[in-house]
Formats: sequence, C-alpha cells, structure tokens
Amino acid sequence: MKLSGARIFLECLKREGVDVVFGLPGGAVLPIYDALYDFAGLKHILVRQEAAAGHAAEGYSRTTGKVGVALVTSGPAATNLVTALQDAYMDSIPIVAFTGQVPTHLIGNDAFQEADNVGITRPCTKHNFLVKDGSELGTIVKEAFHIASTGRPGPVHVDLPKDVLVKEWEFHYPERVHLRSYNPTYEGHPGQIKKAAKAMLRAKRPVLYVGGGVISSDAYRELLKLAELTQIPVTTTLMGLGAFPSEHPLSLDMLGMHGTYYANMAVYNSDCLIAVGARFDDRVTGKVEFFAPNAEIIHVDIDPSSISKNIQVHIPIVGDARRVLAKLIEAIKEEVRDDVPSIVREARKQWHAQIAEWKARFPLRYDWDDEVIKPQYVMQEISNLTRGEALIVTGVGQHQMWAAQYYRFKYPRHWCTSGGLGTMGYGLPTALGVQAAHPDMLVVNIDGDGSFVMNSQELATCFESRLPVKTVIINNGYHGMVRQWQEIIYKERYCSIDLSASPDFVKLAEAYGCVGIRATKPSEVVPALEKAFVTPGPVVVDMMVDREEDVFPMVPAGGANKDMILDRPGKAVKERAAKSQTGF
Amino acid sequence: MQNGTEPRKHTIAVLVENRFGVLSRVAGLFSARGYNIESLSVGETLDPTVSRMTLVVRGAEFVIEQVIKQLHKLIDVIKVTDLTEENHVERELVLMKVNAEPANRAEVLRTVDIFRAKVVDVTPTTFTLEATGDEQKIDAIVELLRPFGIQELVRTGKVAIARGSKARVRRSEEKLGKAKAADGALSQDPRIVGFAD
Ligand SMILES: Cc1ncc(C[n+]2csc(CCOP(=O)(O)OP(=O)(O)O)c2C)c(N)n1
Repeated sequence: MKLSGARIFLECLKREGVDVVFGLPGGAVLPIYDALYDFAGLKHILVRQEAAAGHAAEGYSRTTGKVGVALVTSGPAATNLVTALQDAYMDSIPIVAFTGQVPTHLIGNDAFQEADNVGITRPCTKHNFLVKDGSELGTIVKEAFHIASTGRPGPVHVDLPKDVLVKEWEFHYPERVHLRSYNPTYEGHPGQIKKAAKAMLRAKRPVLYVGGGVISSDAYRELLKLAELTQIPVTTTLMGLGAFPSEHPLSLDMLGMHGTYYANMAVYNSDCLIAVGARFDDRVTGKVEFFAPNAEIIHVDIDPSSISKNIQVHIPIVGDARRVLAKLIEAIKEEVRDDVPSIVREARKQWHAQIAEWKARFPLRYDWDDEVIKPQYVMQEISNLTRGEALIVTGVGQHQMWAAQYYRFKYPRHWCTSGGLGTMGYGLPTALGVQAAHPDMLVVNIDGDGSFVMNSQELATCFESRLPVKTVIINNGYHGMVRQWQEIIYKERYCSIDLSASPDFVKLAEAYGCVGIRATKPSEVVPALEKAFVTPGPVVVDMMVDREEDVFPMVPAGGANKDMILDRPGKAVKERAAKSQTGF
Repeated sequence: MQNGTEPRKHTIAVLVENRFGVLSRVAGLFSARGYNIESLSVGETLDPTVSRMTLVVRGAEFVIEQVIKQLHKLIDVIKVTDLTEENHVERELVLMKVNAEPANRAEVLRTVDIFRAKVVDVTPTTFTLEATGDEQKIDAIVELLRPFGIQELVRTGKVAIARGSKARVRRSEEKLGKAKAADGALSQDPRIVGFAD
C-alpha cells in the first residue's frame, strides 16, 4: 500500500497507541497537518510555544507511563523544543519529538527555517534520527518509540524532511524491532543479588535511597514490600517522591540539599545504603566524601554508566528496579527462613529509635504568622484538601522545594517536577499535558511568580483545549530561590531578583478566559484553594506569601549533608556557607 | 577510587553501526565530557554494515571505565573492548616527504631499510616514504630522518587487534554485576562473532 510520508507518519502513531499529540504547525510539517485534517483517532493539542509541546509530552508520560509525543516544525521550532528535550533527558522521561526539516535536497543550503536539528539535539536526546528515505519511516518511528521507552528511558528525536512527508512510499510498520547494538539488561545478576541480600540483613543501620527509577519501572509495590520485610527506612530523591508513601512509619522523606534532617543524618550514619534507581546527583550527595562515608553501598540501576560514576559502589546490580527488587525479596526470604520482620525489627531497634529521635528533634518546621501567608502552610493545605490524591506539578525554585517537603505523597506517578535540569517554566505546560492524559483528575500546578511567566502563554492552551489545570502561584515577588542564595551565601548583596513589577495575575488569568483568585491573608488560603478546586475550567490562584521566607533545611552547594542549616542563620553560619561554595 | 588514579594510555576498539552521524556521536561524547582523544581511526569491517573505530585515550582507571560505559550507552555502538587489558597488536602508518640531496640519499635509504619502510615516490631532491609499526617505531624513524629535513608528514591514527582467537572475559561488565543474558544474545549475532574479540 502506497501512502504519503505524512500519512504513514500518522498511521505509525496510531499503531503505536498514541492518542494525543502536543504540537504547533509550520511550513515543513504542513503535510502532516494537512493529513491530520481528516485523520480519525488522534487528538492534537495546539500549544503556544514549542517548549510547551515537549513539556506537555513529559507530563503525559510521567503520569501515564506511556510515551509522550510532540510535533513541531523546523528551525526555530526545533530550537525552542531543545529545553524540553534536555529536561526529559536529565530526568529519563520517555518522549518522542518530531520536527520538520527542509526538503532533503536543500539540507545544508541555509534554506528558510533550516537548522541542523539532529546536530543540535544529539547531546540532549537518548538517540535521534534524520529520515532520508521514506521507505524507512515506519521502522524509524518504531525504533524511536522502542528506544525511548526501554532500558533507561529518555527522549528520542526524529527529524522529518518535507519531501519525505510529501512523497508516496510503501507503508510498512514492523511489529517489533531488534537493534543488535541495543540490549538493555533487565535481570540483575543472581550472585550480586544474593550478596546484596546478605549485606542488607547483616546491616545495623541500613537505609534505602530511592529515585525516579523506582517510578519509571513501576517498582513501588516491590519497594514497599522490601522495606516492610526488612524494616529498612526509605528516603527518596526529588524524582523519587511518591515511590514510597510519605505517611509510612519507615518514610524518611526527601534527602539532599533541601531534604529532611533525619534523612540526611540517617544516610550519613548508615552502614549499608541501598540505592535503587537513583544516580547520586550532586544535589543529593553534597560533598561526596561525607556522603554515607561508612556504608557498604549497593546500587541497583538499569544504566551501567550511573554506577560508580560519582561514588564508588561495593555491590553494583545492573537491571530493572522492579525485577531486581522482586528477586531481592526472594533472596532475603531464602536467607532467613523464619519470620524476617520480627528478627530484623529486633536487630534494628536501636536504629529505629535513633531515627525517631532525629525526627522528633528536627522535624520540618516553619514559624506561623497570623498576618502573612507562609508558603509552607499553603503546601500543607493543598495536601490536606486533595488528600494526596491530586496530580501535582511544580515550577522551579523555593516553591518547588516546599511542595516536595510539605506535600504528603501517596502514590507514584502523581508528581512532576523538573529535577535534573531545574527548568523554570516547566509547570504550566507540563500540567496541561498531565491534564490531557487525565481529563477527570485534579491537576494542581504549584508555580513561582518567576517560573510561571516563563510559559504563562499556555493559559491559552488550557482555555482552548478545556484543560482545567489549577495553578497556585506562590507569589513572593522575587526570584525567591536566588534571593535565598544571595542572602545566605552572597552576604545579602541582592541583585536582579525583584519581581514586584509582575502583572496582576488575577487579571492575566481573566484575560486568557480563565478564573483568577487572590489570597493575601492566611485565613483566605483554604477558601481560595477550595474555590479553585471546585471551579470548572482553568484557574489561577495568586497566593501572596511572605516575601522573605527561606527554604530550610539547607546544605549550601558543595557542603557536607551532615552540616545542615536548619533555620535562618546568623552571621557566623553565613560566613561558613560562603566559604563552602566550591564552584557550584 | 583509590587505585588506578594514575592516567594511562588505553587503546579501545569500538564496533559501531556503519551509519552517518555515528562519528559525531562518539566525538560528541568525548567533547561533552571533557575527555581527550589522542588518536582515532575508523574503517569498515568484514561486514559492510559495521565499522570499527580504534580510539587512543589517556586517563585514570575510573575515567576510562566511565568512557567505556558511555560508549556502550550510545545506541549505535555494538561493542566496546579495552585492548590495553590484553595481548594485542598495534600499528600506525606514516607517510613523509624527506629531503634527499645527492649527498644524503644513501643514508636515507639505509634508514628506510633498517626500519623496513618503503620509498613510494622519488624526485631529484626528495623521497616520499611509507612506514608502518607501533608508535615507538614510528617515533624512532621520524627522529632519525628529521636531521635530513622532513618537508611534510602525515600519520594515521592507531589501529589495533587482539592476538589469538579465544573470547575474552568481559572484565568491566562482570565488575558491574551485569547478568550474562544480554551478553550472550549479542555474541550470537553471526556478523559480530569472529572479529569482535
Ligand atoms: C530557565 C531557568 N532560568 C534560571 C534559573 C535559575 N533559577 C533557579 S530558581 C530561580 C528563581 C525562581 O523564582 P520563582 O519561580 O518565583 O520561584 P521561587 O523561588 O520564588 O519560589 C531562578 C532564576 C532556572 N532554574 N531556570
């Protein structure tokens, strides 16, 4: 059967099970949009800027486990998309992005809207393709989805020259693809698993340190089982939030730079650290010499290059987190045939008591104020009102950290935040992608006033495509996180952080056809949130919060996690913090 | 990371899909991570769909291990072998145009003979020479001929091949605790067996 390249492209998406595409048209992809005109079974959501198409695909992917799809034109559209690709790459999010390209005979001629798309996206994708021959289109699309979603997931980019889309080709979509050069390891090495099981049972002060890999491999059930079986406390990274219920007695919440005191102390004092689907990122480890210095380290990861990259690992296990954890549970049961929990509970009594003491001594805390809204309070109320059932998305900055600290996570795949890249502007477009995948669920975008304006144009997409995202802007009139660093580390030399000249966000929301609500006093927080959550359609809440609140605990970049700043610091601590800056 | 922190030269053989863009993926990996390639040569293998690159890289043990893992991670890379760890043969080729005034011609030819090099072009005042050998041999012939005046010189990168026929232990993968299955699947590909090791 002969079809145009554009039509083949759409047929491929359909066969891949794609139900929604986030995109924005232009010259080079017009053949696709023309074919889309009367193509049934594929929904297209028109975003207002191409990065938003990429982020929306990320949100779709993170909350469904399926591959998200973005479609944009050549040149400037492709370069706009780059931020989202790098974002997805850093956080291992499977998306496939399609860009248009000038016709093959013009490639390299500086044609109108030409850019070296594959050259530009090469370092920020797991893999990319330039389709030069339309008869390969089906295979390439299949390979793109395969590569994005298997092994360590990630973004894949496919560049589509216009003539390939226009010409007719024999349509062929392979059932499966085999790439001889790409064979991810899923099963962990049995010998290593046995070793790990022994080490975990032997340990007196073990900690499970889990990251986004547990979520992407859907290993949360196995994680819960393993933690309860072995009575090992669990701390998660920013990417791993939701992999373990926050309310669980074994939960240590988040670790790292803005993690809890008890998580960091537990890791620092541990004698066995079991890292699962986490990559020892510098925001987690702080100064590596002081990260779990006395622990035997077990590392389960699907990507061999993550192992022993930053920290020397003693028991590496390459494999899929879910499968390895399942085998680990078996191995532990085999080691101890009796009732494991009662035995380990006895052995870990002291450790659990120590952790309880840390928790009691330095819980997450903030000072209440009757007049000024504390951002942490807003997070607590969002958590209460949604009962941890909502899909939460954030921008980047202080509000992101407060959300991570104070939201009580119940489920995996309910949390989208830009972890590795820290992309401001991530919130709203990601949230609309989440909402497109879950039309009937409550999607809350917790944003900063700085982050929000980087993609606030997407309110138009929310309005037009009936995506009722609820955005809560934690409005402190500052680039708050930058202000915090300037305050604590740069001796209060404030520079280029004031955002008090931002637009009126209530009016802005209304201008886009959305509902705007403002809260200025603590007593208005709950009513404003309640109203936002029950109002149909997209809503923006302008939450006027304490302008100078800081995120604590905090470890200055490059510092040791055991030296956390727990509260607004005095002069001596600031000077120490300034010194600890080691070029981060 | 206590041991193996001394930088050392490694010769790495990389089998890749013979496609456009692969070289830039490999080169990009090195530039993005600040690794330096000392030499690089690429050519087709017996199977025209596969190319083989020989890379010479200097680095401490853990850096090289990371380089190898990153190479593995590239989708178009079929196999990576650190030849430094085993018995192997390395060769380079040099072409050079050497001044050969009548007074020196005999002396230059004698050197050519000693090194089993070849004269591939002659003019009344120059010889163009070809020599192959390992790095030390090439360095030596260049040094000996330098006094006569070398007008132009070109060296290929290194190419290398393991001795013998037995499959080797995959050291780094074992170290990682990687299961065997994927490995087996790979070497079952008839096009790869035979020259991969
Ligand atoms: C695209 C981008 N530019 C700059 C930064 C650096 N940066 C990190 S946090 C931050 C301030 C964020 O301000 P806001 O969104 O208002 O959040 P707040 O910290 O006030 O909660 C900046 C500028 C970034 N992370 N991303």
